[in-house]
Amino acid sequence: MTTIQENKVAATQPASPWREFWKKFKRQKLAFASAIFIVLLFIVALIGPWIAPFDYTKADYSQILQGPNDKHWLGTDAFGRDILSRILVGTRTTLLVGLSAVLAGAIIGTILGLLSGYYGKWIDSLIMRFCDVLLAFPGILLAIGIIAILGPGMINVVVAVGIFTIPMFARIVRSNTLVYKNSLYVEATRSLGAANLYIIFRHILPASFSSIIVYFTMRLGTAILTAASLSFLGLGAQPPSPEWGAMLSAGRDYLTTAPYITYFPGLAIMLTVLAFNLLGDGLRDALDPKVKD
Amino acid sequence: MSDVLVEVKNLKKYFGGKKSLFNRHPDTVKAVDNVSFEIYKGETLGIVGESGCGKSTTGKMIMNLLEPTEGSVVFQGKDLTELTGQKGRAARQKFQMIFQDPYASLNPRMTVRQLLTEPFKIHGIEKKNERAKVNKLLELVGLNAYHADRYPHEFSGGQRQRIVIARALALNPDLIVADEPVSALDVSIQSQILNLMKKLQRELGLTYLFIAHDLSVVEHISDRVGVMYLGNMVELTDKKSLYREPLHPYTQALLSAVPVADPTVKKQRVILKGDLPSPSDPPTGCVFHTRCPFAMTQCKQNKPVLQDIRGDQHFVACHLYNGSAESEAKLKKQIL
Repeated sequence: MTTIQENKVAATQPASPWREFWKKFKRQKLAFASAIFIVLLFIVALIGPWIAPFDYTKADYSQILQGPNDKHWLGTDAFGRDILSRILVGTRTTLLVGLSAVLAGAIIGTILGLLSGYYGKWIDSLIMRFCDVLLAFPGILLAIGIIAILGPGMINVVVAVGIFTIPMFARIVRSNTLVYKNSLYVEATRSLGAANLYIIFRHILPASFSSIIVYFTMRLGTAILTAASLSFLGLGAQPPSPEWGAMLSAGRDYLTTAPYITYFPGLAIMLTVLAFNLLGDGLRDALDPKVKD
Repeated sequence: MSDVLVEVKNLKKYFGGKKSLFNRHPDTVKAVDNVSFEIYKGETLGIVGESGCGKSTTGKMIMNLLEPTEGSVVFQGKDLTELTGQKGRAARQKFQMIFQDPYASLNPRMTVRQLLTEPFKIHGIEKKNERAKVNKLLELVGLNAYHADRYPHEFSGGQRQRIVIARALALNPDLIVADEPVSALDVSIQSQILNLMKKLQRELGLTYLFIAHDLSVVEHISDRVGVMYLGNMVELTDKKSLYREPLHPYTQALLSAVPVADPTVKKQRVILKGDLPSPSDPPTGCVFHTRCPFAMTQCKQNKPVLQDIRGDQHFVACHLYNGSAESEAKLKKQIL
């Protein structure tokens, strides 16, 4: 018997995974800035109608097609409506559509991925072939197809974007599940007598959370862009809704004479999508256990 | 030590072998081929053998982690291989397993407390006194209560193996299947863990099935030892007679390969020729005949049965001891 003391652990604070994550995430300047921007966006989405300087629906025909000035900071559109107000109010629609679509797609996709990866065999084949079919279409085309069936409208945009988000999550979660279901600690838990559902939801799902969160964030950007594109095509939000894509669409006719009608909503879309993507990148690096300090 | 705790009967596990559209002649890998033995209450049964001989597969079948192709595991008069679902889970409370790699067998996202209370959660055992139970378990394996809120990555290999052992003890098991529990650890830590296991056995009356490839580790901890080769149990007896008087030529070769910590001792080594045959195409007759220095004609045809050749509980599966003229002659040569 040796006398090596292996029981002494330096009396430091227990490093929880959350603390570890925060430490790494703070170091990602760009992602951190994006996170702040996104938090601001959500605040605007909540209080937008109250901080908007003008009524976003009220036409003022004495002020049509004005460039940015001290009264209308971002100018006015063809009906003399204040663009800044419309962007502020439209934030809620934009975020709501993106969030609900990705959330629905992520939940369904995650469950399908877990089942597919864990049970394998014909369940796996069935779910994966279904995903292959969905992935075979370009996203926007699939969304247009779904809208063609369901008819235009914001709810249907959510459904369409949600559906084409499903296969992505299903695949990511499936591949994670395949890795973790064969891990020793899952086998150890099974040897304790745990049921399949317990293992799936207590061990495999939490292990996949980091990839789900990263992909969720990145997907939000895409979803917002797709929803805006659909609105731009006249399939989503209908005028006079201040949805950013619909604003772009409305400004299209004045592109040469009053380009700022399209500039600012376009800029809003770009910044939002960019922020979500950068945040996703940052989260990925912060959650990756291989990236050490 | 006469009460049988678990009886393993004719256990077989064949992998693969299913015909499919693309593979009409798939190979069946006979990982475990007709293994029978008994585990007595309170003993440590060691199982040794080289990689791929089926020792871990046997352990996993006893734990119901793998479904046997054939055979039964009898515990308290019930065949565990027939119990599935809820009943199987309840029956498994009394069997626990310790794995080889303590770094991988603990979920890195759970604290020690969560890991140790998980067995209660799985089996729906009430929550009260959970704190006290965790502290007691930690104390039992030589850790402290203040370790409970740490994560596995903050511990050394030996400490993690202690946590794994504590987790296995949570449900007051009768049998612990230890699958190479110390082979991933430093030698100095190995002995600590082995002594901890011995201490726990004394205090809690545990029975161990100890799977290992390290003969000296097995000698240290076991009461009886079974030697496996290519999915078959070739010799099974108590520790003393196995190490003093190995009967099977494979056991003899294994033991002669154990280094002695004395450079002046000249050992006669039995060197085995050739490689381990593929378990998907095992030799006919005795699986060891391709490498056996004493192989006879009948070894190629008949598979020897594991039997108590002298009536002293020394089981061996070898034709050398069947009393025929040829085997007697071989035995004599061996002694000379």
